[in-house]
Amino acid sequence: MKIRGAQIVCESLLKEGVDTIFGFPGGAVIRLYDTLPSYPQLRHILVRHEQGAAHAADGYARATGKVGVCFATSGPGATNLVTGIANAYMDSVPMVAITGQVARPFIGKDAFQEADITGITLPITKHNYLVMRAEDLAEVMAEAFYIAQTGHPGPVLVDIPRDVFDEEANFHYPDKIELPGFKPTLQGHPAQIKKAAQLINEAQRPLIIAGRGVIVSQAYAELRELAEKAQMPVVNTLLGLSSFPHNHILHLGMLGMHGTAYANLAVSHADVIVAIGMRFDDRATGRVSGFAPQARIVHIDIDPAEISKNVPATVPIVGDVKNVLQSLNPLVEAKAHSEWLRQIEEWRRQYPLDSDPGGEHLLPQYVISQIWEATKGEAIIVTGVGQHQMWTALHYRFHKPNSLISSGGLGTMGFELPAAIGAKVGCPQEAVWAICGDGGFQMTIQELAILTQEKLDVKMAIMNNSFLGMVRQWQELFYGKRYVATPLSGPDFVAIAHAYGIEGCKVTRREEVVPAIQQAKDCPGPFLIDFHVEPEECVFPMVPPGATLAEFIKEPKREAVARGWPRRSTP
Amino acid sequence: MATTKHTIVALVEDKPGVLNRVASMFRRRGFNIESLAVGHSEQAGVSRMTIVVDGATAVLDQVTKQLYKIVDVVKVSDFAESELVARELALIKVKATPSTRGEIIQIADIFRANIIDVAPDSLIIEVTGDTDKVDSLFRLLKGFGVRELSRTGRLAMARGPAGTLGVEAESRPSRGKGRKQEGGS
Ligand SMILES: Cc1ncc(C[n+]2csc(CCOP(=O)(O)OP(=O)(O)O)c2C)c(N)n1
Repeated sequence: MKIRGAQIVCESLLKEGVDTIFGFPGGAVIRLYDTLPSYPQLRHILVRHEQGAAHAADGYARATGKVGVCFATSGPGATNLVTGIANAYMDSVPMVAITGQVARPFIGKDAFQEADITGITLPITKHNYLVMRAEDLAEVMAEAFYIAQTGHPGPVLVDIPRDVFDEEANFHYPDKIELPGFKPTLQGHPAQIKKAAQLINEAQRPLIIAGRGVIVSQAYAELRELAEKAQMPVVNTLLGLSSFPHNHILHLGMLGMHGTAYANLAVSHADVIVAIGMRFDDRATGRVSGFAPQARIVHIDIDPAEISKNVPATVPIVGDVKNVLQSLNPLVEAKAHSEWLRQIEEWRRQYPLDSDPGGEHLLPQYVISQIWEATKGEAIIVTGVGQHQMWTALHYRFHKPNSLISSGGLGTMGFELPAAIGAKVGCPQEAVWAICGDGGFQMTIQELAILTQEKLDVKMAIMNNSFLGMVRQWQELFYGKRYVATPLSGPDFVAIAHAYGIEGCKVTRREEVVPAIQQAKDCPGPFLIDFHVEPEECVFPMVPPGATLAEFIKEPKREAVARGWPRRSTP
Repeated sequence: MATTKHTIVALVEDKPGVLNRVASMFRRRGFNIESLAVGHSEQAGVSRMTIVVDGATAVLDQVTKQLYKIVDVVKVSDFAESELVARELALIKVKATPSTRGEIIQIADIFRANIIDVAPDSLIIEVTGDTDKVDSLFRLLKGFGVRELSRTGRLAMARGPAGTLGVEAESRPSRGKGRKQEGGS
């Protein structure tokens, strides 16, 4: 029996086990939307801007491990997805974006609401398709889902002309995908694994850098086994946080530009580094020529192109992290490394992280550590981009696997609210807290409407410093305190929440923090807290741009100004 | 790090946009293409791209790996100069007066080039050979006044009996095969 293209899309989604779609309708996808009511298993969540749909699908995918799905119409609908697709691409998040296109006879004619979305998204998708026949749809959908979640995950876009939604074809869903050009390597090479074990066994000062690959591969137990057996301390990339319990004695927190001092010192002194499911982003490495100067590096990643791209690997291993660690761990000898660990404890004592600097002022570090206390570290935490993100990375002590959702690679302000919505939809049983910047929150603030419409219990904590804080920090430290275009005279966020039918409160004093968090927790629905934090607080430690990880500024910030660090890049 | 000229042969699925995907990747990652030639391969549905790249070894390693990341790319082989035979073809339109025509034809003969069009005041010469040969002929003809030059870019093939796919033509090529990725340190 023949069915319409729009039905083929929905049938395919069911075959892939999709239960939720984030989207926004328009002319080119009217037929697709018209078909949705016949598929009650597919919950459609209406966003208020397509960027929100892509971020929500992203948050959903990161929280559940499943493929996130979003819909948008042609032209502006599709281009509004672009930031969200790029974000998912940079952070390796599995996503399938389905866009409408103008009808086939109009393609290439600059028709109304035509945009070449496959051309536009070429460099920010793993793959994309323009489907010109309804009979190809099922196969394309199957390939899209397969590619999105196989190997190094990522977004795939499927662009469908509006008349292909109308066209009829038989529905045969392929049960096996044959893509000659797409065969990811999942098992590590045994000879390489042996070499890696040798290097680890000979090491005096070994260290693990664990990235998001550990989370994607769900290799928590294997990572822990390796660390404990060889007594190797573990540092995390931003997106690797929550892959290893913070309260573990071997955990040193995050490395990089705003990493802990002891993590950065450990990297700088290690003689063997085992880099697992991470890609040596420049915010993690500092000046790359001075990165880990004494270390030989074992690099485990599923993507061969990540090997030796930024930092040359002594022993590269291409494969799925879990598989590789399962083969590697038995070859690794039990060690104590007591001297190395003593040295690290010394650094930890010397440069402690202060989550409660005390005093009169309302400090964001304190707010975040209190959210940790109140949620017992069991919540899914979603952040925007900027200072509040770094404070969250430093002061929320992640111990629950996969409990941080943050925009790492692209650094997309405005990610927090829609991604938190996606996480909550995917994991309704979990407490979800969005930790927001007062700048970024305003970039996707319209998605508050979803919380009310879909009755989603997302708690929002705005670190309101009345500045584009991270940029202001750079201006303070490196640009003579000239605060150009960074002061914000914000709206009354609580009033805005109320306008959307959401409860909230404003906090200006330290002693109000704990009761406000409690009030939010007690509220059965969404709740927004507008924390008016110290406006000119800076994130420390900080590795200035162009410096190596060992050259961090601890505090006070005056140090940096005195040293007059060069202006190399921008936040 | 020494930079060397490398010839990369990529077998790609013959799908719309595949050339765009490859070219876009080169542009985005800042790899320099010296020449690019595309055409059918021995297998239906598979096109063959011959890409000449100039770069350090580490860069070439990245080029190969990034090519493999493109889903439509089935097989990538990176050849050093000594491992392959390479040819390109050029059409050169050169000004020819009654007094220079004889000399031009002589030069063309030396290069085993063909005269494929004769007009009252010009000739079109077709030459096939390696890059050096085409370059040399072009340099010699420049003195007479070259009006137009059209070059194919390099086509290349590995010496010896093996096919680039490393498998029989009927069976589907596998991306896993012949892919050098973990070759050592
Ligand atoms: C979409 C986007 N535009 C610009 C930037 C550059 N940027 C990085 S951090 C930052 C400031 C963020 O301000 P806010 O959301 O208030 O968070 P804060 O740093 O104050 O915690 C800016 C503008 C960005 N990351 N994303």
